Amino acid sequence: MQTTGTRHTGAAIVLAVGALLTLLLAGFAQDSLFRVHMGVVTVALGIAAIVALRRISFSGGAAEDTSGYMDGPIRVGAIMTVFWGVVGFLVGVIVATQLAVPELNFGPYLTFGRLRPLHTSAVIFAFGGTALITTSMYVVQRTTRARLFGGSLAWFVFWGYQLFILMAATGYILGITESREYAEPEWYVDLWLTIVWVAYLLMFMGTLIKRKEPHIYVANWFYLSFIVTIAMLHVVNNLSIPVSFLGTKSYSLFSGVQDALTQWWYGHNAVGFFLTAGFLGMMYYFMPKQAERPVYSYRLSIIHFWALIFLYIWAGPHHLHYTALPDWAQTLGMVFSIMLWMPSWGGMINGLMTLSGAWDKMRTDPIIRMMVIAVAFYGMSTFEGPVMSIKAVNGLSHYTDWTIGHVHSGALGWVGMISFGAIYYMVPKLWGRSGLYSLRMVNWHFWLATLGIVIYAAVMWVAGITQGLMWREYDSQGFLVYSFAETVAALKPYYVLRIFGGLLYLTGGLIMAYNIWMTILGRRRSEKPIAGAVTAAAQPAE
Amino acid sequence: MDYDAFRHFADSWGLIYMFAIFGGVLVVLLLPGAKRRAQEAANIPLNDDHPLEEERRS
Repeated sequence: MQTTGTRHTGAAIVLAVGALLTLLLAGFAQDSLFRVHMGVVTVALGIAAIVALRRISFSGGAAEDTSGYMDGPIRVGAIMTVFWGVVGFLVGVIVATQLAVPELNFGPYLTFGRLRPLHTSAVIFAFGGTALITTSMYVVQRTTRARLFGGSLAWFVFWGYQLFILMAATGYILGITESREYAEPEWYVDLWLTIVWVAYLLMFMGTLIKRKEPHIYVANWFYLSFIVTIAMLHVVNNLSIPVSFLGTKSYSLFSGVQDALTQWWYGHNAVGFFLTAGFLGMMYYFMPKQAERPVYSYRLSIIHFWALIFLYIWAGPHHLHYTALPDWAQTLGMVFSIMLWMPSWGGMINGLMTLSGAWDKMRTDPIIRMMVIAVAFYGMSTFEGPVMSIKAVNGLSHYTDWTIGHVHSGALGWVGMISFGAIYYMVPKLWGRSGLYSLRMVNWHFWLATLGIVIYAAVMWVAGITQGLMWREYDSQGFLVYSFAETVAALKPYYVLRIFGGLLYLTGGLIMAYNIWMTILGRRRSEKPIAGAVTAAAQPAE
Repeated sequence: MDYDAFRHFADSWGLIYMFAIFGGVLVVLLLPGAKRRAQEAANIPLNDDHPLEEERRS
């Protein structure tokens, strides 16, 4: 039987050896950026090694209880999800402010160009990815009734992924980038993520294989498709040749339009399998749990699954309308995007109808309200997406802020809200609390976030259509009416309003962080119960 | 296999393969007894709170 003492000894050794290796890499670096980047990793691994060393118990330590679920990494994961959420939203507000007030670009490290990938990666990969890894560990154990496979493997997956985030984030600030959208990290960071991801797949598959429940619940199918597809997308999109073994720079194996298509095949499926399939796994577990009733139609969920994964993979070319990409490929991307309406709305209806017969919970339970608004935004953004993929519409919308608005209604509305719901559900259970610190604060979070998204999306619609129409405005002589600078100036008021929407969403995130922190500490806020709520969880603790 | 052959393979046999899987899924979901099995599966998350302890006792 492994003790917690031996686990920390092992971790300390691995971390110390890792720190030594990265120090060597820094020493033999080909360029100064690689040296600095490896130095950052050395410091991080060194600190982690010291923390692990200090936790070694020389009295042998108590034997680790391996009979129940493995919730350690999930607890840390819940905290990190909230942390990365707040960081990601904050950087979002900062870059939005930089767009409205260009004087706030402080070069070279803190310009929009470097902070923008920091924002997208912080919300997608740090916040979203940590939420997915954390909830997948929670869900797979409880729906297979088996402990996570591989012992400390789960810890490696969790911290290995956090190290990836650290390397990606510091790389962007330093100016280390492949310039591939949502896949900016350079080749050595990509290799590290590949190792972590294979370990994640092993852990997840191993748990499924040793399951005690004969049937594999549908949420696990979605999580598994997310893990497998992201592995494939990540490897193919990042096929590149480093200029030097110990340098930062690499070049893609593809060139020209092939490279563009590979990039958007990856990019759109990152939306499809990271931001959709993974979070649908979350929906199919946490919505029934919070509503205390099974999913509306289990058979529809299976059709939803197969239709979604067969159709999504073809939709990427709609990002390359009116480019050098062959016309048939553009049309293919458009047609498959439109067909995606069916599985997307099938899933949305399935999620919403789970509440059929229990709609009163919408009034009394702010966590359910959060999940319902998430699914509603899923429905709205998966309606808007196919519309925007139609070539005629895309001719107006592409390269404008409409796209930014669309992405945010999906990311803030669907991904954010369903993750908040899952966190609010999990945290009291993970720390053995009878309920959250405050349900009223969840309500505040709900309204601030919803209002923030509505402002953001509406403002970006107006900004995007304004921009699109101005760009294509010809006079009777066939000359463009507006210069580019004029279209930028026209957008200024919308950019200022967008900051306001983002601030509301960030404030909601901060309220969540406080609420979660107090819940973990075991506090209970004395507050008036929410009208009509009858569940025990809504009663203040005596 | 050159690009052309690969492409024709994909839009004939590849397409049939995926449709066959999807059709198979539909058939399995419509077989008699599928509704009852689906209801049992749908209840998996609702019965999962302390299953490992229960197993130790039995």
